[in-house]
Amino acid sequence: MVFLQIAAKDLRSELRTKESLNASLSFAVVILLLFSFAFDPSSEAVAEFSGGLLWLVFAFAGALILNRSFARELPNDCLEVLIASPVSGAQLFLGKTVASFVLLMTIEVICLPIFGIFYDITWTPQALPLLGIFALGTWGMTILGTLFSALTVNLSLRELMLPMLLYPLMLPALMAAMRLTTILLAGNAIAGNDMVWLRLLIGFDIIFTVLSLALVETILVR
Amino acid sequence: MPEPVLAVDHVCKYFGDYPALHDVTFSLNGGECLALIGRNGAGKTTMLKILAGLSGAAQGEVRLFGDSPRQASARRRIGLLGHGIGVYDELTAIENLTIFAQLYGVSASVARHWLERTQLAHVANAPVREFSRGMRQRLAVARAFLHDPALLILDEPFTALDDRAIALLQGLLAEAKAAGRTIIMSTHQLREAMELATHVALIERGKLVHFGVRSAEMLADPTYVYRTFGAA
Repeated sequence: MVFLQIAAKDLRSELRTKESLNASLSFAVVILLLFSFAFDPSSEAVAEFSGGLLWLVFAFAGALILNRSFARELPNDCLEVLIASPVSGAQLFLGKTVASFVLLMTIEVICLPIFGIFYDITWTPQALPLLGIFALGTWGMTILGTLFSALTVNLSLRELMLPMLLYPLMLPALMAAMRLTTILLAGNAIAGNDMVWLRLLIGFDIIFTVLSLALVETILVR
Repeated sequence: MPEPVLAVDHVCKYFGDYPALHDVTFSLNGGECLALIGRNGAGKTTMLKILAGLSGAAQGEVRLFGDSPRQASARRRIGLLGHGIGVYDELTAIENLTIFAQLYGVSASVARHWLERTQLAHVANAPVREFSRGMRQRLAVARAFLHDPALLILDEPFTALDDRAIALLQGLLAEAKAAGRTIIMSTHQLREAMELATHVALIERGKLVHFGVRSAEMLADPTYVYRTFGAA
């Protein structure tokens, strides 16, 4: 379980510096606050786009966390030392993905009640299914985002490149997560035709997890 | 005849059209120490990166202990000291060494042993960002030697070291060589390197222009290699 040691190391580093956590959380809260002024919180329209709004906030806040995933290893050439160690590229990648996943889920769990207050949406009855959808959507985002973080780590414009590469490829997962979150926030259960969105999200996660684990060694050793 | 610890066979590497390494071939056995010398940009760091499995060769083959450098079994036996110190500023000295002990599958108690050997035990719980340059370098040395590597790959290890760190590193390298470990180091500090080296290689513009046993002339006059084998 070397990947858990890598994840623990990344989380410990982040908790010491709080670089991406502070930036990501402040960004997410500010966006939620600003949008709450733009719409009438009591309107039915809010319920229609609630999932979309939440996932756009998560996606933008997530880029701030994902950008740091491999960039954290650049000072003192730590990435070289990790690649030269017996840890496989897949284990290193998985460790970094798990750390980013935990950080992003933390942001999401903090944002959900804030969202409920700002937009007058009752989410507590659907808390568990919502967390499940958050976990599936966030895993898709972090697995793909960490892969692009590895790919862009040596670029000077990596902060710009990562979102440009990540968002278009993430569209299927993002659409599914938005739709499923909207259904749950409206107080409905995921059933019938909506199950296709759940299958899409799970399929996306499986395909990109396998693909990323297979590709990462080639990306790290050039 | 036993397989060499390190075998480089007709290795080429290109950056675009530029040949960073061209047809480099040499090998080293246990207990041998190679001083890899050459001007800046000659290809020394590229060669060491390929040996450490950080970069792939475009042509040719590298074998470490009979395996590819990307095999975990080979990497487990490498100690790497590159340009950067390879430790985390926000973590403490003991946390840094414990992480690398875990990654190399050695006991965490080894971390404390190496902090004592590098005279850093008194700052074990201090974050590395508070360390002086010399202390950071000694921690990097501890990190590279932590898992008792059979092959040490050192990229300009004496550069920017303070007196204390140079003495420590020289002592550890002499000890490792006596214990049958193989050492390959690129360096511009010819005098320190020649004292340790059993072999000397000179790289110029990606080509290995000399590889051989270190002679008494090289020890007496470190610039002898450049004057005798290098381009004018």
